[in-house]
Amino acid sequence: MSVTPAADRRAALTGSRIRERRMALGRRQGDLAREVGISASYLNLIEHNKRRIGGKLLIDIARALGLEPGALSEGAEASVFETLQAAAAAQSGPAARPETDRIDAFVGRFPGWARTIAGQHRRIAALEALTDALRDRLSHDPVLAEAMHEVLSTVAAIRSTAAILAEDDGLDPQWRARFHRNLHEEAERLSARATGLIQHFEPGPGGGPAAVSTPEETVEALFDIAGHHFPEIEAAGAEGIAPVLSRTEGMEDGPTRALAVAALTDYAADAARLPLADFAGRAAEAGFEPEALWPLAPGDPALVLRRLASLPPETGVPDFGLAVVDAAGAVLRRRRLAGFTVPRFAPGCPLWPIYRAFGRPLMPERAGIEMPDGGRFATWSVSQPGPPSAGPPAMRATMLMRDAGSGEGRAEPVGPGCALCSREACTARRRPNLAG
Amino acid sequence: MRVLLVEDEANILEAIRFILSRDGWEVMAHGTGATALSEVARVRPDVVVLDVMLPGRSGFDILRDLRAADETRTLPVLMLTAKGQSRDRETAMALGADAFLTKPFSNAELVETVRGLLAEGAGQGGGAV
Repeated sequence: MSVTPAADRRAALTGSRIRERRMALGRRQGDLAREVGISASYLNLIEHNKRRIGGKLLIDIARALGLEPGALSEGAEASVFETLQAAAAAQSGPAARPETDRIDAFVGRFPGWARTIAGQHRRIAALEALTDALRDRLSHDPVLAEAMHEVLSTVAAIRSTAAILAEDDGLDPQWRARFHRNLHEEAERLSARATGLIQHFEPGPGGGPAAVSTPEETVEALFDIAGHHFPEIEAAGAEGIAPVLSRTEGMEDGPTRALAVAALTDYAADAARLPLADFAGRAAEAGFEPEALWPLAPGDPALVLRRLASLPPETGVPDFGLAVVDAAGAVLRRRRLAGFTVPRFAPGCPLWPIYRAFGRPLMPERAGIEMPDGGRFATWSVSQPGPPSAGPPAMRATMLMRDAGSGEGRAEPVGPGCALCSREACTARRRPNLAG
Repeated sequence: MRVLLVEDEANILEAIRFILSRDGWEVMAHGTGATALSEVARVRPDVVVLDVMLPGRSGFDILRDLRAADETRTLPVLMLTAKGQSRDRETAMALGADAFLTKPFSNAELVETVRGLLAEGAGQGGGAV
């Protein structure tokens, strides 16, 4: 049964691969032929792609050459052949004239190079498809358009504010402090928005945004997007966790999902202990002051702080920030507050009340603090044992923060962390101010 | 002279308010699109600075209504957008915007544009409500 390359390229390429493998092993044609029960002349015809091969003979030859039959079968070479054909067709211009009538010979003689070129062509095609998708996003994606709007709006605020600060020497100190604070807020916002934008460009396994951040950051984003309030869980307890996860991108990743489940389970436990229906009203009656709410959670003031930071974003509810850290200073949970953000990875300011709370377990403390830019915040901090452990309890400290405007009476001078803090003479400073 | 600034980003609003106040303008600020028209009627500004993307109602919709009403047909309007596409500029101009700035803009650029609008409005017989 004679076949031409044009009639059956796949068989032709299989023969070349058998020859290549045999020679690489240093085996004589006659020896291999004898082993598989065919004549040397017949094997010669196969190796020169003049006889079709398949079935038991292909399996026997593959075994004799120490390969899986699939390694000699047609699929790979056929795919290479077709890809090279596509690559040739994609070339244009007088300088690029691939010899399409000799692809068989090329693949047969240089299978490694052929696979390399085919692989590069597939890569180029994939990149072109990605480029097209991104171009389409830029033009039509409403989420991206909004993200771009937010980034540019933030940049506009920074530019205008910075120009005022730079150009107006006679600026009133109060206005100056205010604009410094605005700058800080916008810088934080720009950071978050830019991160979100980058994630938007990353193609994930399902075509959606990929988890380019750590699992902790992804779970934090889940809470941020929800405003740290989950109506499904408030209503249905732990049964509301699955709906939250199913509507959230980035939860396919095992570690991220596990972390999210743990965080939402904690949330559900908090909600069960201080149900929203009762707590929201009590909190409002108390003017959202934690001190009046301690009796609702005897022995667990941190629960009150966490629930205040989980209230629905309704009129009258203050914009709370929250931080939960362990005794090593690692941030376990945080809710950012404009003007006062507890950094997730960089060290915070050692003067923050949350750290000294470790020295007074279960004794909540209210403290007013003032940032170098004049921003004032009311804080409530407490430390308590974390989940039970085999050894001594691992302590956790929780701090609730709220913008205090110009209030808070005496306020302790603190900073955003040494690297960004302008209080040069601070005795707690452990590293230079990198912000200048 | 009075300018009504319709912008939902609080810090941009504060910066622009400061810049224009320093230039001698009486600046009124409004943060949502939904009630911007009633604010225009209440404030009766000489110039409106209008963001395109606003909560409640887009700046384009507001501009369309301003141009449809006799009282505000010639009211000078400066549109602000963070989307620099020419499509937005064309839409704004087609709807009757008098000027268009893309964020981030310079403070001087903003002041000059607003001043220019008032001069043009005065030249045309006034654009105030």
